[in-house]
Amino acid sequence: MFEDRSISPDSIEMLGVAQKLGAELTWDRYAAQLPQCGFGETGLCCRHCLQGPCRIDPFGNGPQVGVCGATADTVVARGLDRAIAAGTAAHSGHAKHLAHTMKKLAEGKAPDYAIKNPAKLRLVAERQGVKLDGKSDTQVAAELAEAALKEFAERHAPVEWAMKTLTAGRLKKFGEMGLLPYGIDSAISEVMHRTTHGVDADPVNLLLGGIKCAIADYDGMALATDLADILFGVPQPVVAAANLGALKKNAVNIAVHGHNPVLSDMVATLAPQLDADAKQAGASEGINIVGICCTGNEVMMRHGIPMATSSVSQELAILTGALDAMVVDYQCIMPSLTKVAEGFHTRVITTMSMAKMPGATHVNFEEEHAAEGARTIIRLAIEAFKKRDAAKVHIPALRNTAIAGVSAETVVGILAKVDSADPLKPLLDNIVNGNITGVCLFAGCNNVKIPQDRNFITMIKELARRDVLILATGCASGAFARHGILTPQATEQYAGPGLKAVLTALGNAAGLGAPLPLVLHTGSCVDNTRAVAIAVAIANKLGVDLDKLPVVASAPEAAMEKAISIGTWAVALGLPTHVGVVPPVTGSPLVTQVLTQTAKDLFGGYFIVELDPTKAAEKLFAALNERRKGLGLAEKAL
Amino acid sequence: MKRIFVNPERCTACKTCELACAIEHSQAKSIFASPSEKPHSMNRVFVEAADGRKIPIFCRHCDDAPCVAACISGALFRDPKTDAVLCDSSRCIGCWTCVMVCPYGVVGRQLELGKAVKCDLCPERASPACVASCPTKALVYEEVEGFSKNKRREFASAVAGG
Repeated sequence: MFEDRSISPDSIEMLGVAQKLGAELTWDRYAAQLPQCGFGETGLCCRHCLQGPCRIDPFGNGPQVGVCGATADTVVARGLDRAIAAGTAAHSGHAKHLAHTMKKLAEGKAPDYAIKNPAKLRLVAERQGVKLDGKSDTQVAAELAEAALKEFAERHAPVEWAMKTLTAGRLKKFGEMGLLPYGIDSAISEVMHRTTHGVDADPVNLLLGGIKCAIADYDGMALATDLADILFGVPQPVVAAANLGALKKNAVNIAVHGHNPVLSDMVATLAPQLDADAKQAGASEGINIVGICCTGNEVMMRHGIPMATSSVSQELAILTGALDAMVVDYQCIMPSLTKVAEGFHTRVITTMSMAKMPGATHVNFEEEHAAEGARTIIRLAIEAFKKRDAAKVHIPALRNTAIAGVSAETVVGILAKVDSADPLKPLLDNIVNGNITGVCLFAGCNNVKIPQDRNFITMIKELARRDVLILATGCASGAFARHGILTPQATEQYAGPGLKAVLTALGNAAGLGAPLPLVLHTGSCVDNTRAVAIAVAIANKLGVDLDKLPVVASAPEAAMEKAISIGTWAVALGLPTHVGVVPPVTGSPLVTQVLTQTAKDLFGGYFIVELDPTKAAEKLFAALNERRKGLGLAEKAL
Repeated sequence: MKRIFVNPERCTACKTCELACAIEHSQAKSIFASPSEKPHSMNRVFVEAADGRKIPIFCRHCDDAPCVAACISGALFRDPKTDAVLCDSSRCIGCWTCVMVCPYGVVGRQLELGKAVKCDLCPERASPACVASCPTKALVYEEVEGFSKNKRREFASAVAGG
């Protein structure tokens, strides 16, 4: 049952509970929306001025231009650009929040935070041009935070994080094409300007503008990952649990949900201090923090906190009746949570002044009083626990093991155990000799239009048996965690012979006594730049650009505007990039062609839209082989 | 005898019915693949606006259908089973007399084929695509007598209440 909604057994179990309760969930709301508007589906609806909305008839029978004369190509390109700008705004808002936190810390205004990784602070600061000599960590942090904040507004030079972390070849290309953004906010603002009524009408020029903004998105994401690692620690491999079975009947269960570690890391860090209070309230197992969505990834990889569930199934956590508080910051948080929580004791707690929700309890979280804020939140959860109705508790038993926290530093660290003088060599050797076909980065969301995790799990099996090394971020890594794929056992079960040999050798070198997990958990969705860091190191070592590497990306269940901006920069960086849902661009054959074909000539990267996960894996495998051939390596057969 | 009825006050002019109609009468039957087909698929239902109101307009499959009466090639005919007015494309010569005489303007011209196209009530479906796709239920597909009965009841309750 519910196989059209999810293939995750714990989600399916809770969907049964939802049906009995008559709870309305995102899948029901999606069904009520059907059929969805074809103009929206094809990107042919424009609402950018008050003379609209205008719709272009994709069949050619009705109007072919909007009131202003914009064609289907213009309307579609403008709409896509705005989605890229929205995704960029979300990622860089997250990045800016971290930069402000670091600045407050350096100024002594956020005493509850610390520089957890001074080595990375100095490494990043030096790379970004901050002079280190004789300065304390605090001084360096102050200057780095200042440098980070200068990335946002209008600058006199291109954004620095992109300039310092990408290959020379990419930067030269972007420079020649006029695609280097001069400020993240500036790039977002430019997209909003050029897509408003009566500005840019050239579809190709519009798409290039979108790519420029997507490069700003890359910049903000790279910055966010660096600052998060400095403030909260570089993720190290950690064994954690996954699935809704991570909730405990005899504990105060608090889910942290959203994206930024600024809040969730503090809650995770302080929870043990209030364990006694929880026990006094009757929770014999104290406080149990679980993660949802990318906040889940942040606290899983840094604290080993279990990943309860992912974006599309967030409501199900409340239906267990055992969740005492759902603490959220921003992004991917369904406004429906408070409605679902109405039938339960669960407190939905919003924390960000810019992200509130009717029906929720708002605890305004400020970095200046972070620990007190976190304690207030935990105490609210303990209070809520006292009102828990035992009769309503239904916790699925499923609980998988997941190894998380495989940052770029971790990957290099493991490789260094094989060859300390030249860490990348073992990886390259195995790509050259064909043990590893290439690398695929899985990213992106769950999407209600696709049975939860179906595409992820189908594709991972298809690619692993073809010896493709898999990295994953965001809700992709959540999906793999919940299906037991982030384990040595999955490597034994699904990896092809070459991949299995490599992951086993590396696992032994790392002292695991078992293979590395089938999928390397590289972080949250904002951490896709960790995979880029590895790819850039390989490209620089080989002396080729990124568009020559056997590296591909896939967002097989993409849902959010953030996924569109990530996909766009992945293409611009030269990666063949698969998307498992049809983005709203097919109303323009020209835009569709530019994204799926012309982009290949311009950047080497291009979009592959394929809804069938088995065929998608075949297409990515073919793309990897094409790259292998280009490098003069033997193509892999299956 | 089922017919498509319209509650114009519910119509938001989203034109989903128009798209669904064109999709249903295409080869691929997909919003993503159908628009690029040749010959291109055409909608046979329409949403028009007059005096600020949004009015979906459909073939009424008239009992004394002017299009059937005027068709000189015998292409337009009444289906004895469903009473629907249908067009046998193989006999249509593209003279457009039907287009001229239809009081609703709902007979279209497929110019790539030189054939008339009109509503066929989606014979392969339980409910026509336009009706099934209408997000506000402005379109309903039901027996004429049932529709009239409901109308009478609505009117009666309005009189009784007023």
